[in-house]
Amino acid sequence: MHQRSVLRVGAPLIIAALALSACGSRSDTGSGSGASSGNKIAIIGVMAPLSGDLSALGLGIQHSVELAVKEANASNAIPGWTLQVEPKDDEGKPDVGKNAATAFAAEPNVAGVVGNLNSNVAQSTQPVLATAKIVQVSPANTNPTLTKGADFKTAPKRTYDTYFRTCTTDAIQGPFAAQYMFKAGITKVATIHDKKAYGQGLVEAFTGEFTKLGGTIVDAETINPDDSNYQSVITKIKPMSPQGVYYGGEYPQAGPLSQQMKAAGLNVPLMGGDGIYDPKFIVLGGATSAGDLATSVGAPTDQLAAGKKFLADYAAAGYKDPAAAYGAYSFDAANSIINALKVSLKGAKDVASVRQATIDALGKVSFEGVTGHVAFDQYGDSTSRVLTVYKVVSGAWAPVSTEAFK
Amino acid sequence: MDTFVQQLVNGLTLGSLYALIAVGYTVVYGILQLINFAHGEIFMIGAFGALTTSLVLFRGQTGLWVLPFMIIGAIIASVGTAVLMERFAYRPLRNAPRLAPLITAIGISVFLQELVRLNYNHLPFTSWNPFNLPDAKSRIPFPQIDVVTGPAFQIGGVTIQRSAIFTVGALLMCAALLWYFINRTKTGRGMQAVSQDADTARLMGINVDRIIVVAFALGAVLAGIAGVAQGLQNNNIDFRMGFLAGLKAFTAAVLGGIGNIQGAVVGGLVLGIVEGMATQYIPGQFGGSPWKDVWAFVLLILVLVFRPQGLLGAKAVDRA
Repeated sequence: MHQRSVLRVGAPLIIAALALSACGSRSDTGSGSGASSGNKIAIIGVMAPLSGDLSALGLGIQHSVELAVKEANASNAIPGWTLQVEPKDDEGKPDVGKNAATAFAAEPNVAGVVGNLNSNVAQSTQPVLATAKIVQVSPANTNPTLTKGADFKTAPKRTYDTYFRTCTTDAIQGPFAAQYMFKAGITKVATIHDKKAYGQGLVEAFTGEFTKLGGTIVDAETINPDDSNYQSVITKIKPMSPQGVYYGGEYPQAGPLSQQMKAAGLNVPLMGGDGIYDPKFIVLGGATSAGDLATSVGAPTDQLAAGKKFLADYAAAGYKDPAAAYGAYSFDAANSIINALKVSLKGAKDVASVRQATIDALGKVSFEGVTGHVAFDQYGDSTSRVLTVYKVVSGAWAPVSTEAFK
Repeated sequence: MDTFVQQLVNGLTLGSLYALIAVGYTVVYGILQLINFAHGEIFMIGAFGALTTSLVLFRGQTGLWVLPFMIIGAIIASVGTAVLMERFAYRPLRNAPRLAPLITAIGISVFLQELVRLNYNHLPFTSWNPFNLPDAKSRIPFPQIDVVTGPAFQIGGVTIQRSAIFTVGALLMCAALLWYFINRTKTGRGMQAVSQDADTARLMGINVDRIIVVAFALGAVLAGIAGVAQGLQNNNIDFRMGFLAGLKAFTAAVLGGIGNIQGAVVGGLVLGIVEGMATQYIPGQFGGSPWKDVWAFVLLILVLVFRPQGLLGAKAVDRA
């Protein structure tokens, strides 16, 4: 009887609480728990697309950073300081990203930022954060110019000393895909990209290596990322009978492209970079996406012991969205900032005064992350050059080969 | 040759879609001289109506018999939105300066996009989602229906997709029914009368307000069907799909002669074919898929320079 009345009072309370929390604003989602009060606050920002087409990837980044910060606070990684996560939506757009970066630059407590997802967005956020001397670690930018400048092939020159990344670049990813396709006996390939920095960089790097190996690019096309019907491009490619299509871009276009390609009778595998390595590619591509290929950076998260632990912790934390393709890289990116802060925040009175020290410390971090060993070279690039080829097998991405790029 | 026919088929398919949407612009313009820029969103909401019907009532079923229900769902959603829009956004501005309803149309367009983007899978301000609808913030796969989707037909070297046949067929059927409705029914003749002279039509006992609602609803029916056709063709829908499609359809309506229903159909088909051919046959730097929209608009400008009234427009243009 007593229990009934508890239920009677409790259930409406819980429902009211749930309803209220659903109404709450986005900004209160972060923050770790379990730290003692009286600590000083240091904020780790997240800039990623939290809405729109790419939100599946962006929310995975946000929650992975939250997980890293929660664990750091729980273990009191930086004595005297409590870390908080502050996510800002960049919508995958350079102008929105720049606004987010400007907002971070104006906050004295921001110690570092994880993001962006898109290379072209990072291009516009890099200078803003660099001026404020805030370190930025991207889990996902693969465009080589972000670290080595426009002449990355001939005269690499570090562009911003605040910018680091935990993933490998298109300069490696494109050629890696070319080598895989050529080895698999595919010598005639058509390329398509979406005219964004990421897609174009990927296709250029792919084309260079593929022709060097002796393969032929039968046609090079582009699509408009706002379009959703690619029939006219497919019709143009089909008579050249390519044995494969290499796509530079992301899954919102790649999935429908794969589906429409096969519906139009062009039954060859579509291969892409890490931008299409997402479960949503298969959802959008439908049953005919079987056999499509993607490269992604690092070894599969669930094949490393540390990666398995990360996925288990992530699942245990009960986030609503999956960790997605960049979860593990975001977790490592956040931890690299936390490791740098352990050095720079020691004895510091506020965050803003130790920003240069944080930059210096971040360049020297070296630890075992969930994607492998995490360290940065003189350009801010990850020292890891391991990549994996994935294939769509019965409705899921399955790793087919993991190698260090030579 | 095969490639030419193939691009022709692609162009006709795309053009049929433009034509279905363009009719909505042209019917409303013919009666109100209002360019309803929110019409693209009516098309988008039609597609979401069909998706919702399929997910809520026929979870996971792909039989052909589901399709009519999806079309009805699409029409209910799009007509409902169009009628509400007319009643609460345009009617209060009926006698306002012409710029006011135009800006309102743009506002409604943004409002409807954001409404779908943020609230498709739950009621506003709650997280109540009894049917487990997907999040509309990113592209949603559209249900695939037996017979109308699936392996394409091969005729010689030309591939004809099943959804393309559905789209072209839908346009033919709608055009025939529309012709019958406009020319052979009392309401249709009333519409013609109002478009010629609203004041005189009112004196003749025609309920002008009712005719205007019918015009909005008529455009919405076709837009809803177009939404289903696009979903079947592209295999996915998203909250932004109405923007580009609406812009293209508006272009088609102007190309054919705005206010003229046959013109909208012809304009849509011409626009679609030009896009297909431009991708294929314009060589070099200015060719290929990225330039197809440019060529479509070049055509529009040329037509407007030499025939300001559009391809099938009436000679004397005293409006717009």
